[in-house]
Amino acid sequence: MRIICPVKRVPDTAADKKMNADGTLDRDSAEAVLNANDEWAIEEALRIRERGADAELIVLCVGPEAAATTIRKALSYGLDGAIHVTDDAIKGSDAAGIARVIAAALRAEEFDLVIMGNQSSDARTMLVPAMLAELLDVPALTYAKALSVDGRTIRVDRETPTGHQTVEAQLPAVVSVVEAINQPRYPSFKGIMAAKSKPVTTKSLADIGLDAGEVGLDNAWTQVLDVTPRAPKTAGQRVHDDGSGTVGAKALADFLAARKLI
Amino acid sequence: MTDILVLVDHDHGSPKKISKQILTAARQQGDGQVHAVLFGAGADGSAERLGAYGVTKAFLWDSEDLTGYATEPMTDALIAALDQSGAQILLYPSDPFLSDAVARAAIRVRAGVVTDAIDLELVGDRMVATKAIFGGDMVSRCQVKGDRPQFIGVKANAFAAEESGGDPAELVPIQVEVAQGARRARVLGVVATESGGRPELTEAAIVVSGGRGLGDEQGFRLIEQLADALGAAVGASRAATDAGWYPHQHQIGQTGKTVSPQLYLGSGISGAIQHRAGMQTSQAIAVINKDAEAPIFSIADIGIVGDLYKVIPPLIEEINRRKQ
Repeated sequence: MRIICPVKRVPDTAADKKMNADGTLDRDSAEAVLNANDEWAIEEALRIRERGADAELIVLCVGPEAAATTIRKALSYGLDGAIHVTDDAIKGSDAAGIARVIAAALRAEEFDLVIMGNQSSDARTMLVPAMLAELLDVPALTYAKALSVDGRTIRVDRETPTGHQTVEAQLPAVVSVVEAINQPRYPSFKGIMAAKSKPVTTKSLADIGLDAGEVGLDNAWTQVLDVTPRAPKTAGQRVHDDGSGTVGAKALADFLAARKLI
Repeated sequence: MTDILVLVDHDHGSPKKISKQILTAARQQGDGQVHAVLFGAGADGSAERLGAYGVTKAFLWDSEDLTGYATEPMTDALIAALDQSGAQILLYPSDPFLSDAVARAAIRVRAGVVTDAIDLELVGDRMVATKAIFGGDMVSRCQVKGDRPQFIGVKANAFAAEESGGDPAELVPIQVEVAQGARRARVLGVVATESGGRPELTEAAIVVSGGRGLGDEQGFRLIEQLADALGAAVGASRAATDAGWYPHQHQIGQTGKTVSPQLYLGSGISGAIQHRAGMQTSQAIAVINKDAEAPIFSIADIGIVGDLYKVIPPLIEEINRRKQ
């Protein structure tokens, strides 16, 4: 079985971010990290293998040359190799554009299962897994909080606002995972050293057979008109409780009443 | 004239709060007709309630395929409803399950999608959506390009729901033949978690949340009591969900849910940037924390420096007293 884990290089949430004039993020302005939710996807891929599946685990990353560090980080958990799709024409793609790149890269690959985080910490659209599945014409089992694979059958508990839904499908399939699915391990020293020599195949749009007219800022189906910093919030009223609790409680109740919340 | 189709989430024909908010926005922003699309049981009883929000036509579909298979039958029906309504703009609640069908439909009909709108403005035939990005650090205005269909996801609590009055909506069955290939992710069962009658986290007008400062799992019983006094949903920081004190689906923050309620009331939460990314666009923020240096105070409209175990019990009493 071949499992592909698409991962994203995202700006650190804590970093100050600068925007380009075209409304895209200046991705050199902020320190970049591996998207946190993708770590659960990697962990789940590792666990499928550790439960006895004969599986090859491959990282797929769409991103600039600098994403090589993100790929090494992903490999350090113990995956077998990576595909790095990089091409200047991809810059500025929207969710659908990135889904088209990932889909094109996967069409050139053998794969049985795609496991990815349910959201990226920068864009947070949550659209890409379902869009990818649509482009690949496979089922999408999204928001998985539990997952099992038995032969060619995959079963997933999908987190809902009110509980969960158990869904079953035949491979190949796309799965997105939520935080509840596992507690990811830390890369071992051995894993970090081994990641340096794992095979990484770099591919351009031409290599994956995708026309540059399908991707990038100019060809995106959506556009950003403008971006403005939100007015920084200033701290409001501060009340020191006297240890009894009643001072704090009264201040809060007054606050709620003034806003007609009680 | 620009007609708008609204994907209405409902409970046996009764539109959910977020859908009433979106219908109101569609009516106020649009210059054409507002239509609705509803899936599932009981939708045929919604005509008057939808009419009260200004809906002209409601496109309905219920089928065993909807409950029997994930996402794809709904995608087929959604595309059929778009066709039948003739609308070029689809507004939908930013709910993960509905978003999946919207995402698949967008690829199929080559529509552009903008998620998580907190404001809308129709400019010509183009719906311009305002959204908070990068955890609320910045605000952007986005739109769909070209003459393709426009799919816009709208966040809860972005608009106030207001009835306009109006005749019952005309109910129109959606003509859809579900493709055999759409029946490939089979639903085996659905499990409802005990919600304690509380509203859904991302929809609630008030969110009461707890973090590491609670000290243990039992602390969340107190948070739940406070939530119930306010009719609020319960949220948690990642420290609390990772510790196993509260279920992960309640986690607010960068890796979990984003909430923007009228009031966020956080107790025992220091306010790491990863948590703030999930709540700092809340309309009002109140916090209780022992540590006067906690970063959450810097974004709080009211900050109580004190012991949450001392402050919350009399707060619950005070709320209950004032409610009478």
